[in-house]
Amino acid sequence: MNGAQDLGGAMGFGPVRPEKEEPVFHAPWEERTLALTLAAGALGEWSIDEGRYARESLHPALYLNASYYEIWLRALERLLREKALLDEKELESGRALSPATKTRRTKLSADDARRLMANGTPYRREPSAPARFAVGSRVRAKVINPQGHTRLPRYARGKEGTVERVHGAHVFPDASARGKNEPVWLYTVAFPARELWGEGADPTLTVSIEAFEPYLEPAAPKS
Amino acid sequence: MPSCACPSEHGRVATDGYDPAARVKALEQLLVEKGYVDPAALDVIVETYAHEVGPMNGAKVVARAWTDPDFRARLLADGTAAAAELGFGGRGGEHIVVVENTSRLHNLIVCTLCSCYPWPLLGLPPVWYKSPPYRSRAVIEPRAVLRDFGVVLPETTAIRVWDSTAETRYLVLPLRPEGTGGLSEDRLAALVTREAMIGTGLALAPARADA
Repeated sequence: MNGAQDLGGAMGFGPVRPEKEEPVFHAPWEERTLALTLAAGALGEWSIDEGRYARESLHPALYLNASYYEIWLRALERLLREKALLDEKELESGRALSPATKTRRTKLSADDARRLMANGTPYRREPSAPARFAVGSRVRAKVINPQGHTRLPRYARGKEGTVERVHGAHVFPDASARGKNEPVWLYTVAFPARELWGEGADPTLTVSIEAFEPYLEPAAPKS
Repeated sequence: MPSCACPSEHGRVATDGYDPAARVKALEQLLVEKGYVDPAALDVIVETYAHEVGPMNGAKVVARAWTDPDFRARLLADGTAAAAELGFGGRGGEHIVVVENTSRLHNLIVCTLCSCYPWPLLGLPPVWYKSPPYRSRAVIEPRAVLRDFGVVLPETTAIRVWDSTAETRYLVLPLRPEGTGGLSEDRLAALVTREAMIGTGLALAPARADA
């Protein structure tokens, strides 16, 4: 979706302000927000892509004004409500008012959590079709404006680039955010800055995105 | 609470009255009561990222690559497998790609759409990495962003920005500083900052690391 999360090339946000000796967390509620997000996600009721979609679906003014952990927390509450694991009355009171819903996976134990952090959840899958493109292929990112989740940033849409890496077939986020499992080929596609930003772009700059095959169509070879 | 220049980050109550500290406390209590989460698992997750996983992991990988050409080749060919040789991998780093700086090419990592970052090697991302100024500007004016970090590259150095729009997670292998020929891997790792592995910084010169 064309939400506030799609920030590449936006202007007016001012300088980057790195913090000296930045702590990992700035407050205990940030620690709990991270941990609850990962532990609740492990119940298997939503994918990482549904989680991202919940965050980018926040109102743009809110998204841009909130801290990152606040975005996570608001999205977590929304997912828990949408999946009927709890309701707004319970969220406001902090007390259970109805029995728990059966979830796909049972709650994470401390040992499960250690395993989850150590092993992760790989996103590579068996391909269901041969790759359409190869290293060196000229491609154009499609012009799409889906209402749902996508990982094709606006700044690359309609732009021509070159396939630089082929990463195998991966979970397709646009489908995964709708609860569908449709692995597709994943590529690194590089664009000269001038193609993305026009005249005046840094001539020494190349920008790449990770592009899923449905985002791409063939382009004419470079003349 | 540490003082910080981040404009909207800490201890703030939103304009709609949303108080994240109070909300998350109530939420945890509720999720535990309903049997969805175990507080012991939450503690393990916090402990992992507060203490066990962080940029010191990535620094070890870089120092090894600087001293062992075979490892460096394996790292650039398959970052996930090479990092696993040193025991690093897992959540947020299932598919690691390492890109190498040279005297003619400087790499910079960003996630314009959210906050994708190689967790097993760098830990959780800093606030600036997740913030609109970095995410908006890194892909259109990276040299200006680098100046915010005090880094000025020669105009002849090409810049490559990697927008992490998938689960492939990128790490920069920085240039090894001059005058570090005799240093041990541990001493070399101390020169490798988090920023150097994102591309917003360079590895430290040995004198600066000792200062």
